[in-house]
Amino acid sequence: MPEIRSAANIEHLERLVEFVAGHAEMAGFTANRINEIELAAEEVLVNIFQYAYPGTDGDVGIECRIEDDVRLILVISDKGAPFNILEVPDPDVTADISDREIGGLGVFFVKEMVDEARYRRAGNSNILTLVFNKV
Amino acid sequence: MKITNTGKQKDCLLITVEGRMDAVTTPEFEQTLGGWIDEGEIRFIVDFTGLDYISSAGLRGILTSVKRLKAEGGRIVLTSLYGTVKEVFEISGFSTIIPIYESVEAALKEM
Repeated sequence: MPEIRSAANIEHLERLVEFVAGHAEMAGFTANRINEIELAAEEVLVNIFQYAYPGTDGDVGIECRIEDDVRLILVISDKGAPFNILEVPDPDVTADISDREIGGLGVFFVKEMVDEARYRRAGNSNILTLVFNKV
Repeated sequence: MKITNTGKQKDCLLITVEGRMDAVTTPEFEQTLGGWIDEGEIRFIVDFTGLDYISSAGLRGILTSVKRLKAEGGRIVLTSLYGTVKEVFEISGFSTIIPIYESVEAALKEM
């Protein structure tokens, strides 16, 4: 499975997202669906950059593969403290502007864009598997 | 991301934003808009025709600007959202808290 590893730092965001988008493009995903995949990838990565390694440096890994020509499987891993991003509560998307908080919105986007999401803790790693159907 | 000031109409600064508003580029949006607010501009029409992509970081930047302008008695409206940009505004509920118009012309009529 094609894999990319990087320091968990915002300066690598665009390179990592491009890696994912490139696979979706080669597999013939529509521009719209590629955008949705990029969105989910960015939100997960930014979350890792901000919270996985407080006060220290660490790595993030991304594996990407196409299954049966119809699904893109993305596996994103970090070695931060155990954290299941899928358990983050959904934000109140009906709140008035003055009460609007952005926390949780990124994770909500991830859940909205994927067809399937699984989290597991293996050894000292958080492993998040996201599945995106082509249509 | 490219931000362009395309002129002033009806006391509103017209702006186009092209490319991507992500966690890397959005601070530039906030700084550029903040600079114009510092110069005394408080009414903005932001044309997203050329915006291909926006994430929660982009929404956060817009919300920051909206709140600042509200405090200064100004306002910001958005126009011409397409594709996933439009989708992101809809699923986040942002399309109900920020005025969005189909075109700059439609926005100008309401300003």
